[in-house]
Amino acid sequence: MKKYVLDLRVTSVECLGDRFLLLVTTNPDGPLPEMAPGQFAQLRIDDSKDTFLRRPISLHSFDRDKNEVSFLVQKAGKGTASLWEKRPGSTLNVILPLGNGFTMPESPSQRILLVGGGVGIAPLLFMGAEMQRMGARPAFLLGARSKSDLLRLDAYRACGDVYLTTEDGSEGEKGFVTQHSVLQNEKFDRIAVCGPKPMMLAMASYAKSQNIPCEVSLENMMACGLGACLCCVEDTTEGNVCVCKEGPVFDIERLKW
Amino acid sequence: MADLRVNIAGLDLVNPVLTASGTFGYGIEYQDFIDLSQLGGVIVKGTTLQPREGNPYPRMAETAQGMLNCVGLQNKGVDYFCEHIYPQIKDIKTNMIVNVSGNSPEDYAECARRIDELDCIPAIELNISCPNVKHGGMAFGTTPEGAASVVKAVREAYKKTLIVKLSPNVSSITDIALAVQDAGADAVSLINTLMGMAIDIEKRKRVLSIGTGGLSGPAVKPVALRMVYQVARAVQIPVIGLGGISNAKDAIEFLLAGASAIEIGTANFLDPAISVKVAQGINEYLDKHGFASVKDIVGICE
Repeated sequence: MKKYVLDLRVTSVECLGDRFLLLVTTNPDGPLPEMAPGQFAQLRIDDSKDTFLRRPISLHSFDRDKNEVSFLVQKAGKGTASLWEKRPGSTLNVILPLGNGFTMPESPSQRILLVGGGVGIAPLLFMGAEMQRMGARPAFLLGARSKSDLLRLDAYRACGDVYLTTEDGSEGEKGFVTQHSVLQNEKFDRIAVCGPKPMMLAMASYAKSQNIPCEVSLENMMACGLGACLCCVEDTTEGNVCVCKEGPVFDIERLKW
Repeated sequence: MADLRVNIAGLDLVNPVLTASGTFGYGIEYQDFIDLSQLGGVIVKGTTLQPREGNPYPRMAETAQGMLNCVGLQNKGVDYFCEHIYPQIKDIKTNMIVNVSGNSPEDYAECARRIDELDCIPAIELNISCPNVKHGGMAFGTTPEGAASVVKAVREAYKKTLIVKLSPNVSSITDIALAVQDAGADAVSLINTLMGMAIDIEKRKRVLSIGTGGLSGPAVKPVALRMVYQVARAVQIPVIGLGGISNAKDAIEFLLAGASAIEIGTANFLDPAISVKVAQGINEYLDKHGFASVKDIVGICE
């Protein structure tokens, strides 16, 4: 897919608790380019004396009719924190769409489980919406530490079935996503995972044990985001490959997990 | 419109802006953003005789106005380059220059010999300054004798334009520059990255997998500019300046200091179209100040 540098305009900013931010943007200069779930954008951090590089952030939603793309951001450091300064009307300079996304279902009847933890749930909403658009019904299995960290549940419920776990039991089933009863009760054709590495490792191990194809989305530290600098490499069965270009979504069979 | 054309040791450039090795892939990665024919040249990533996996992750640390990297010359080797990558880049309408590295003078020479056979590669940039490999790389570039030994070996094997990229991690960069000039280099480019370190205070460990890495970005620009100024006054061959150039003003400083051309590196990560914008900015500066040619400002700073 052709990549673009765009000056997007922020249309809405919503703080979700004190650690998460939903930035909705539009392209004032024309239609947004075609993008796929699991791809990401490199966001420029303006006027920061503490940071230097862009920040890779996954595409949270893409509405072709409204010409809007959104980003669900967790405050992780000074770069992401500066995005809290954005207001409706602000400019957000991005490079997009980058990398390769999740494999879409081959037919609407395929059952795909979308597993997310923490801010890793972000790309799964776009994936779920695209599945819904083709007539498939996604199942989301979302995990968090506590109820207050479960974000935008209404948006996920509007796309498909939502199953929840929290570590403290304040919402959904108590425990980790790998312990949820839906894994016993339903049969899935494919699993897509995005979240903290221990969670992705656990889901990958579960998928392997059940012989279910599984993809995970990695978030290695990046500089260019274009496959040019070779900084974000993951050691795979084919040696070191760039997460930004070959990924961020990988079939677990390619990884040395 | 001023005349932006320059000639570097027989190499005709449409303008003095090149992109630096290791920051621009094989050029292909940037074709969505710019027309590569609007650049003086593209210096593709470091190529070695044998394939190299490079260093383990993590390879990058962000710093104040810059970044550290310890990629370690990951590449699939010169044979793979000739068979699989060269066909993809040979028709790009600019000077496609290959950055060459190695473990021994013989390695460098053999790698250069293979590239000499490629019709559409008019020059190589010899990397005797990579700080991220155990053997070779910077080890050659830190003494005049070591630098000369590699350049001599390559000069015998390679007939086209030979640019030698110098390390700033030395006590006298002019001594190294003079040694490579005497050994047959057609031009020098400087600077490669400055060796640095970052520490994670929570883990109480060094951030990069091999402990150290090369610093690039605006943070190194004043050091690079000083070295370009000194080397340009010491040697008779053309100097290509690089190190933290992020805009046209930076580039013009290097030209005034004595660089006949410049390379843009880390800035490509922040704005993938910056190289073309810098070329345009140089033109605007020349027009505004009444210079007919970019050659008229090279080295005119006292």
